[in-house]
Amino acid sequence: MSERKVSSEDSMSSGEGEEERVPLRERPEWSDVTPVPQDDGPDPVVPIKYTEEFAEVMSYFRAIYLSDERSPRALTLTAEAIHFNAGNYTVWHFRRLLLESLKVDLHNELDFVERMATANSKNYQIWHHRRWVAEKLGPKARNNELDFTKRILSIDAKHYHAWSHRQWVLQALGGWEDELSYCSELLEADIFNNSAWNQRYFVVTRSPFLGGLEATRESEVLYTVQAIMARPENESSWRYLRGLYKGATASWVNDPQVSEVCLKILNSKSNYLFALSTLLDLLCSGFQTNQEFRDAVEALMTSDLDKEDPDIARNVCSVLQHVDPIRANYWNWRKSRLPQTA
Amino acid sequence: MDPSNPRSSIIPTVTERDQWMVESQVFEIYKVLSTIPQNAQSLMLELQRHNHISYLTKSLSHLPSSFSILDANRPWLCYWIIHSIALLGESLDYQLQHNAIHFLNRCQDPNGGYAGGPGQMPHLATTYAAVNVLITLGGHKAFTSINRDKLYGFLRRMKQPNGGFRMHDEGEIDARACYTAISVASVLNILDDKLIQNVGDYILSCQTYEGGIAGEPGAEAHGGYTFCGLAAMVLIGEVNRLDLPRLVDWVVFRQGKECGFQGRTNKLVDGCYSFWQGGAIALLQRLYSVVEEQMAEASQISPKSDGTSGDATCHFTHGGTGEPGFSDFKNIGYNFINEWRARDPLFHSIALQQYILLCSQEQEGGLRDKPGKRRDHYHTCYCLSGLSLCQYSWSKNPDSPPLPKVVLGPYSNLLEPIHPLYNIVLERYREAHEFFFAQS
Repeated sequence: MSERKVSSEDSMSSGEGEEERVPLRERPEWSDVTPVPQDDGPDPVVPIKYTEEFAEVMSYFRAIYLSDERSPRALTLTAEAIHFNAGNYTVWHFRRLLLESLKVDLHNELDFVERMATANSKNYQIWHHRRWVAEKLGPKARNNELDFTKRILSIDAKHYHAWSHRQWVLQALGGWEDELSYCSELLEADIFNNSAWNQRYFVVTRSPFLGGLEATRESEVLYTVQAIMARPENESSWRYLRGLYKGATASWVNDPQVSEVCLKILNSKSNYLFALSTLLDLLCSGFQTNQEFRDAVEALMTSDLDKEDPDIARNVCSVLQHVDPIRANYWNWRKSRLPQTA
Repeated sequence: MDPSNPRSSIIPTVTERDQWMVESQVFEIYKVLSTIPQNAQSLMLELQRHNHISYLTKSLSHLPSSFSILDANRPWLCYWIIHSIALLGESLDYQLQHNAIHFLNRCQDPNGGYAGGPGQMPHLATTYAAVNVLITLGGHKAFTSINRDKLYGFLRRMKQPNGGFRMHDEGEIDARACYTAISVASVLNILDDKLIQNVGDYILSCQTYEGGIAGEPGAEAHGGYTFCGLAAMVLIGEVNRLDLPRLVDWVVFRQGKECGFQGRTNKLVDGCYSFWQGGAIALLQRLYSVVEEQMAEASQISPKSDGTSGDATCHFTHGGTGEPGFSDFKNIGYNFINEWRARDPLFHSIALQQYILLCSQEQEGGLRDKPGKRRDHYHTCYCLSGLSLCQYSWSKNPDSPPLPKVVLGPYSNLLEPIHPLYNIVLERYREAHEFFFAQS
């Protein structure tokens, strides 16, 4: 919901690689500005014991923000304020106004954002700003943006903001050509990376070169079934498989590749939770079983579990309740809502 | 699931390695619990009320300079702290209440909405936080300090043609913005057709193939956005447009063997999702009839009837897609708790309480993401909110005291119940509802 992590250190870095930081009040170029202190009132709650430098930079910022001063020194000041607190959206907003008014070369701005992102990448403002800059630069920014997000994702492969930014770049500036292989690369490194699966779905459903779900289904199902066979305990691949048939329930129910992979995993008798839950969904959507499925499910029923129940869907729920106790309430509810004739 | 996995010789991936590290820490703690005598267990499961209150109250009057990075989130800090104190059944003394109202008023923009701090731009998230704080504080002075006309104007200015909202002037558009705008408008009784227009389309476009809801169309299903999207859909009377069976399935699978919730598939458990995911389930628990209707439609076979019907949902399911302007969305928030009659929870409430009390709680006060992490106000707020949801998850109406067996640890762990759509302590919500619905 909002930035939440507070570092334990009390140290504040003030700009980068600086020697001795000169206070603004001692800088001649600021001598004509009267700083505006924060109006917290006489007895504020959640008062922050700002460092002197922080309070001073923000007081000068308030002064130029209130007078709407569009100057190079104002731009420099916003950078200082952002260094102290990259979460101040008002400062970022004013910085964008300055970048526009001063017609600044936005390539330099990308470097600035990247330095900020390396220090504190889980911050809405940085990414919103980055998107704004890239949008201004247009298609020529594309490769740079794709590389930039790749760098962030090489450190944290599930970085939510980085993925959102990358998706925006693809949609607004293009660069879809290599995206599917990038997803495969990430999944090869970590098949449990759900963000990479999500990106894969994004690509197959939205890339202008692949023709959408229906056109890619065959090859994607093949890929996913292999992934499931390799690691049947991986929820990501099972959800992806289901997603490939979004809006095409009948194809999903009737595609033997889906039911067969369930059966194979069930027969292996290990890591079969998702196979079983998929089978339940299939049954609820009208899948007609045969003896093989009934045998596979019965083989999973421990002796203490059940007397014979002719209904395979009920048996599936019973096994799920037993092997997945954290979701016992859920399976119990599913059991109570089974279609009559399944 | 199976430790005798024949594939264990494979080199673990980053996801597996991280997961196993957390699991071993968590299971270590649970092992201790299982080996100690019962009275010691009860002690171990005790909510350290006194220490939490002390941690929270101190922060209300003093924060060190490291909090400068939250200088644009001060109404949030107020909310995390004051809501937590209210959950613990305590009130601020008169002076602190007065100070909080005055401080938030300095964050209120002359043109509507609340900023992250005095002199900053108004922002939807901090507006949500500030309004929830003022309702939690309660009383005429707090309520009348909110300029509802101007606030409505601010919400309208943030409204986008695609149905979404911007967080601030020229700011980002996402599911969080939809929720905070709709929640505030609903609770202050300023919700109207103009604010609602196309919100449902936007949130629908954020529901992913997994079943959960993402921040933006195309992004990954995520606990925080799922709560936001689902709550917003309920509040505008369009929840039946979501694929609810898939949403339920996704969210119940976010509770793992660590007993807590993760935010996304194959990510690590985090105490704050006790509320975001647990809250989504608490909402779904009151929407059984809509979910079951969708399930029956999907199977195209008439469902077995178990004789139960007519839960709270009947009053806020019509009109969403059909007749525009017909739905009585103004009363949805109120009806939601008045016609409670909830059925059994769909998650493991005792397990979640165990995670919160043993893994998220710091004995010295404050709650955290997971063992090894440090406490903070955000996690304190959302772990306690989740704990409250658990404790009342079996209650047949929202504020009847739960049976001791559903409250893990000593019964003195019991917190105040919340309104799950707004995350405001229920009795504080009721007072505000009475006030704002007496206004035009």
